[in-house]
Amino acid sequence: MSVTSEPSPAPPGVTGAPPSRGLSGVLVFLLRVSVAVAIPVATFSILLWTFNFLRDENANRFIVVGVAIAVGVGGVFALYWGMNRAVDLFPARVRESVRPYVFVGPCLVILAVYLVYPVINTLLTSFKDANSQGFVGLDNFKFVFTDPDMLKAIRNTAGWIILVPLFAVGIGLLYATLADRLRRGEAVAKSLIFLPLAISFAGASITWQLIYSYRPQGFGSNIGLLNGIMIGLGQEPVKWLELQPWNNLFLMVIMVWMQTGFAMVVLSAAIKAIPDEIIEAARIDGASEFQVFRRIMVPSILPTIVVVTTYMVINALKVFDIVFVQPASAETNGTSVIAERMIRWFFQLNHDGRAAAIAVVLFVAVIPVMAWNIRRFREEEMIR
Amino acid sequence: MSSATVEAPPKAPAPAPHRDRLEDAGRGGWFLRITIIVIVILWTIPTLGVLITSFRPEDAVNASGWWTALAHPFRATEWTLENYRIALGQGGFGNAFLNSLAVTIPSTVIPITIAAFAAYAFSWMEFRGRYVLFVIVVGLLVVPLQMALIPILRLYTQGATLFGREIFPDLSLQGTFLGIWLAHAGFGLPLAVYLLRNYIGSLPSSVIESAKIDGADHFTIFWRLVVPLSVPAIAAFAIFQFLWVWNDLLVAYVFLGGAGQNRVLTVALRELVGSRGENWHLLTSAAFISMALPLLVFFALQKYFVRGLTAGAVKG
Repeated sequence: MSVTSEPSPAPPGVTGAPPSRGLSGVLVFLLRVSVAVAIPVATFSILLWTFNFLRDENANRFIVVGVAIAVGVGGVFALYWGMNRAVDLFPARVRESVRPYVFVGPCLVILAVYLVYPVINTLLTSFKDANSQGFVGLDNFKFVFTDPDMLKAIRNTAGWIILVPLFAVGIGLLYATLADRLRRGEAVAKSLIFLPLAISFAGASITWQLIYSYRPQGFGSNIGLLNGIMIGLGQEPVKWLELQPWNNLFLMVIMVWMQTGFAMVVLSAAIKAIPDEIIEAARIDGASEFQVFRRIMVPSILPTIVVVTTYMVINALKVFDIVFVQPASAETNGTSVIAERMIRWFFQLNHDGRAAAIAVVLFVAVIPVMAWNIRRFREEEMIR
Repeated sequence: MSSATVEAPPKAPAPAPHRDRLEDAGRGGWFLRITIIVIVILWTIPTLGVLITSFRPEDAVNASGWWTALAHPFRATEWTLENYRIALGQGGFGNAFLNSLAVTIPSTVIPITIAAFAAYAFSWMEFRGRYVLFVIVVGLLVVPLQMALIPILRLYTQGATLFGREIFPDLSLQGTFLGIWLAHAGFGLPLAVYLLRNYIGSLPSSVIESAKIDGADHFTIFWRLVVPLSVPAIAAFAIFQFLWVWNDLLVAYVFLGGAGQNRVLTVALRELVGSRGENWHLLTSAAFISMALPLLVFFALQKYFVRGLTAGAVKG
């Protein structure tokens, strides 16, 4: 499809105003802003028009799906190509100061609508009452830090954000390093660890029910693996998921099981990018494999380790569904976490204000991680 | 430069005898093998349980643990395909599978494209506010998806007004593929930008600078140089985003609905869970049907993955 936002062909202007201070500077700035905003909006409208076809209920499903994929994939390429061509028609002096905004513009527009706007909406709501009508001051935040279930949830979440990244990244790194040295079967070995990540959450909960399942006497035989082992050892079966406070750990195991594959794949990619010459040189110099690992591999892939760990911490902070879908309620099991409280208050206990306040607390909790990232970004800039 | 394909020759000459144990492990010793085997077994057991359960008759599933089937692997009464027949026969799984494709492929390509352009700009282009903007983008990683759903749903169904003026039109995106693509793009972008900027930003500046000296403009550098060099990071994120979208239930349920034409596989699965309760023999087989494509994609992309990662190409 064509992108009509592209201006009619005209030779690149030679008489463009130099981006100096004062009025022309303002004009250039306005030009930049209008380009960064107008073109994506125009292309977006064209794509939207195409979409009316996709709303046709009677169209053949194969054709609809085929068109949808073609338009969705082609549209985004057309967007950037068209915008870049449009910028080429600008006066030479303005061109390169506009182009960066064309590159980041669509990203910023989408994020503004899909994440920034909802955040502002939620911040406002956190100071409002249950129906997000009247303002109630700090009452919702007072609730967050006094309610016993909330305090429990905060403690549990602290456990999640420490233990899950530690084990997922640790095992992932160990495994990526070892699998890298396999002479045969590296792909198979890696795929088997990655496999859980391919399972949908519903699948994972079914999967681990088969491990932790407990049936009291008279309600059928125990078909859970752990209790099968307990019976095999001559012990009584255990209600694993009600065993406080260990049940928290059992739930964390599910997340580690699902996330280790992600850490492993990304870290493995980084390990493979280390030049072989460096590692070989170290080996020839008599470094042991452990030294190679500690002094060469880990420092080389440290940026990637940081990326993965940060991601895991944030993911663990947002953990919700693993706790939420357990048959017994999180309150009685003592397995509440912050994000789960938020959903519970929003969708089931119907208090918009409290849910929003909990969400705001989630943000605040992530600030240390952010500060770390920012410092790393600065360091990288200085090296360049 | 040596290749890092799976069949790559050993990286170092044969080890000298009598070094410490870990070194032997490095050349394929027992430590290496045992550790890998132990981890593989631990990680595979849960899935194996589901796979075996999905092929067992209903009565057997409820009467004994799945591992007991391993005691009689060749007894015909222990195995059945009935579960799969019923799960597939529930109807709607064909359309749901196609819909999942229509949702997942663009929802993977769109955020990657947008994020790669943005990551390039954040790494290699000079503009006012790039530091602050990048920090804001990464900061958005923390926005819990669940929090964004309701405001966006309101945007889709009634637009947004501020002080009585319409600031966002009502596009009736509810129930459309475009609506869910953009939502997935929005939720996936912070991570994509973060991962890709970390990778693209660590490309050697000499490569970029010399291309500039040769007269390449930013679009050419990006498309011809940075994207090919970034294939490992792009592939890693593509696999991840694909799986995330394919397995997503919440976003699909909220934006596409539970019953419409555009119902995806996970929603169909959920309906099966709802109507068939705790019937593990059906749930396990349905779960495996939904896993088929993600596994296929992973195996297909992994070769590309490994081949693209030839050592030294990136770090020069």
